[in-house]
Amino acid sequence: MKITPGGVVAAEWTKFSSLRSTWITTGISVFLLIAFGMIASASFSGDNLTSIDLALSGSALAALSVGVLGALLGAGEYTTGMIRATLATVPRRLPVLWSKSLVAGSAAFVTMTAGAFAAFVAGSAVLNAEIGALDLGDDGVLRALLGAGLYLGLVAVLGVALGMLVRSSAGAIAILAGLLLIVPGLAALLPDSISEAITPYLPSNAGSAVMTLTHSDATLAPWTGLAVFAGYVVVTLAATAYRLKTTDA
Amino acid sequence: MIQIREVTKRYGAKTVVDRLSFTAKPGQVTGFLGPNGAGKSTTMRMVVGLDAPSSGDVLVNGKPYASSKAPLREIGVLLEAKAAHPGRTAVSHLLSLARTHGIPRSRVDEVLGLAGLSAVAHKRVGAFSLGMGQRLGIAAALLGDPAVVMLDEPVNGLDPEGVLWVRKLLTGLAAEGRTVMLSSHLMSEVSLIADHLVIVGRGRLLADTTVADFVAAEGVRVVTPAPDALRTTIAGPGVTVTSTGAEELLVAGASARVIGLAAAARGIPLFELTPQNASLEEAFMDLTRDAVEYEASR
Repeated sequence: MKITPGGVVAAEWTKFSSLRSTWITTGISVFLLIAFGMIASASFSGDNLTSIDLALSGSALAALSVGVLGALLGAGEYTTGMIRATLATVPRRLPVLWSKSLVAGSAAFVTMTAGAFAAFVAGSAVLNAEIGALDLGDDGVLRALLGAGLYLGLVAVLGVALGMLVRSSAGAIAILAGLLLIVPGLAALLPDSISEAITPYLPSNAGSAVMTLTHSDATLAPWTGLAVFAGYVVVTLAATAYRLKTTDA
Repeated sequence: MIQIREVTKRYGAKTVVDRLSFTAKPGQVTGFLGPNGAGKSTTMRMVVGLDAPSSGDVLVNGKPYASSKAPLREIGVLLEAKAAHPGRTAVSHLLSLARTHGIPRSRVDEVLGLAGLSAVAHKRVGAFSLGMGQRLGIAAALLGDPAVVMLDEPVNGLDPEGVLWVRKLLTGLAAEGRTVMLSSHLMSEVSLIADHLVIVGRGRLLADTTVADFVAAEGVRVVTPAPDALRTTIAGPGVTVTSTGAEELLVAGASARVIGLAAAARGIPLFELTPQNASLEEAFMDLTRDAVEYEASR
């Protein structure tokens, strides 16, 4: 009987899977992804839109939803007092952060990848006549769908890190929503030269680059974009690890 | 064993624990006493590394707690009621702690049974009463079959049956050779369980003693029709006699037995011969009077 990395991961999975809110939030995320994908596929058209863009049009809302899931998992430790039991059990502390991130990230990756494929299949079935149909074998389609799962998995990890960093559900969710939804809007208000330079690097824009087939000067290349987003996640995790290790629980 | 050595904890300008040293030894129950705000909880949090001492060392079984490979085997703690997510069932809560150490599900069911929670094992913790929350916390403390059990105010919110259960449980654990430490601000509660007393006030050590010593007799009350004769009979080095009434004496420094035998030898009749113990509660109040942090105005 001793602490093992696998044991801490198993414990975090137990925590993750034994809360009703986990299943509700995950279900909502998948639902948003598929429902928005189908609605957009059936009714939207435009010059640069591909059937993948339409199928994944729910990804922004799904990102918010899985981010909230992560934030609730992370901040919930503190708002409920559970953190004291957790850290008294794992006094080295950091394995808790890594394991919680791994569990939330993997669960979101698996469910959101499945959701992305389902949204693509369902969206293709109801696709309106003005958009050319694609299938899984076409260039970039698999990458976009898998990328959606990876991006949303990373968003869940970002949520966990923010939740454990600010230790408050409301605070973490506000920061998350700000980063993903509001910052791009604010950047658009800046002078064009600055705005154009930074917009591709903003978290949600960088992360979304992996989910689209058409790329321009205004977006990063798919994997570069995902790597930039992963960078934001790593920086946040590092800040959280520092605070977790150095402050009283 | 828990060793606290010259530990100080400051929060900003406020010193909550001030150069505190004591040892809780195996095989006995250590009662950790002090008024509210005396630094008891902070000290206990430092034992399991939740708070870092500003200076000094805290050792659990001879080493820093965080260096342990199996922390739940070293020490089981109850820090405050309901350090648990209200949305989880009692079983899931304990499982989430047990899995870190690879403790089997059967042990989770076992401690739930021990704590009398088997019937509510699948209820959410949020629906638990204060007493059930305490029982869950104690169950969690026992999960790893630890060498040290440390409980912060364990009888808070428990019904009389629960209080009795905690008492038996703790004395049983100490009898098995484990180190048991419990905190309380109620002297009467602790005196029933503890062998060893550590009393703190405003973060400082006020007394490190045994229950027996702490309440050592402060004198023997004697009622006799011949107080003057008795005075001369028992006079001797270290014996002080004060008159508390026409026929009453308070004798310090001689036991009831010695006084009774001396009186009988001289044929002095005694109506009463009563050892006077200061009540524990009074002794405790006296000791901590100056160290009370939050006092009702009168």
